[in-house]
Amino acid sequence: MSHDPGEPGGLAQAPRPNAEAAAAVAGTRTTRVENPLFEYVLRLGDDRLVLGHRLSEWCGHGPILEEDIALSNMALDLIGHASALLALAGETEGKGRDQDALAYFREAVEFRNALIVELPKGDFAFTIMRQFLFDAYSVLVLDALSRAANEKVAAVAAKCLKEDKYHLRHSSEWVVRLGDGTEESHARAQRALDELWRFTGELFDHDAIDEAVAAEGIVVDHAAIQSVWRGMVADVLGRATLKMPEDGAYNRGGRRGRHTEHLGHMLSVMQIVARSHPGASW
Amino acid sequence: MLATRDDVYAVLAGVMDPEVPVISVVDLGIVRDAAVDGTAVRVTVTPTYSGCPAMHEIETDIRSALVAAGASEVQVDMVFAPAWTTDWIGPEAREKLRAYGIAPPGRAEPQGLITLTRAKAPVPCPFCGSSDTRLQSEFGSTACKAIHVCNSCRQPFDEFKAF
Repeated sequence: MSHDPGEPGGLAQAPRPNAEAAAAVAGTRTTRVENPLFEYVLRLGDDRLVLGHRLSEWCGHGPILEEDIALSNMALDLIGHASALLALAGETEGKGRDQDALAYFREAVEFRNALIVELPKGDFAFTIMRQFLFDAYSVLVLDALSRAANEKVAAVAAKCLKEDKYHLRHSSEWVVRLGDGTEESHARAQRALDELWRFTGELFDHDAIDEAVAAEGIVVDHAAIQSVWRGMVADVLGRATLKMPEDGAYNRGGRRGRHTEHLGHMLSVMQIVARSHPGASW
Repeated sequence: MLATRDDVYAVLAGVMDPEVPVISVVDLGIVRDAAVDGTAVRVTVTPTYSGCPAMHEIETDIRSALVAAGASEVQVDMVFAPAWTTDWIGPEAREKLRAYGIAPPGRAEPQGLITLTRAKAPVPCPFCGSSDTRLQSEFGSTACKAIHVCNSCRQPFDEFKAF
């Protein structure tokens, strides 16, 4: 698509094709949201849906058969978690949207996942490192949520936690194997870690949604979780002979619908069948 | 004729796990409750793994078995709490698994957070009984299984993961 620069004001006056969807970008971090519990559960569900899809991209492409199966198994678990969480989000929203409607018929700006999960799968070291950083965060959050006063959230969290513990063990073992492996695997693991680090801060952001869901019986202390997470990560990285990157500026925005360009491309693949054949069943 | 909760359980004891067809959904421990109201039956089920593709199949099988047994209406409710654990698989079912060539699950890990490394006891081979086995992968042919290899009889085998 090209715009004629010779036409004054043409750009400003052109209708925004995605104006309606663009309105779905949440406001600033302190803006009041109509249904914070819906937003909150959506964040949990979207993290797992998007990461599950990224993992599924390895199906048939794993470096060894066992790992192909492992990554596909983990993808299946995460999509299962997303299904339960998005079903709960839809129920919370109360507008008749089920998990499929939320997964397949939302635009990128309506997704609330953290940016780290939407990055392309990269090489195996990148996939494993991302998985490890996310798994360590996920088990801590789910552990806290499994004790939440909100019974529905607690039940789903307790269920997901059991499976995530397997994921964390698997990804930790691989981080050690790659980091303390060959020169090549060490270099790739360190590079992946260095690239991913700036996306980790967003996972622990605490904003108006987190404040608001306290009234719904959901209290997660992100600062406390971050400090435990750092300890877990430092422990594994130490054994993997990898160097923890220095903290610098963090990339963020996913929680409010401001995504990297990668998410749109991923969704086009993930959503095309459902959108081409809405309501199809088999 | 389905008159009581026990009648429903008796029918469901004949509904096999589609992935492991030697144990029933009752053996597996995923049937949490059942109630009969006239000819309408309500069954409460909990998923094994949240992404298990067999769950839909299981739900369909439960429905058709109960309809065949005379139920006019079957409602299957899915609950997440308490989360399913392999500790609910009884001794008889464990023996059926072993005879089928799948090592039965050990005790499930305690709740809460885990240690990242572990010294796990070797899983006995379901074929020759040897304890000289090694873990090949935590993830196997289905969500509920891990792959091991027996160093004695050289046979690879599935383990129903303790979960």
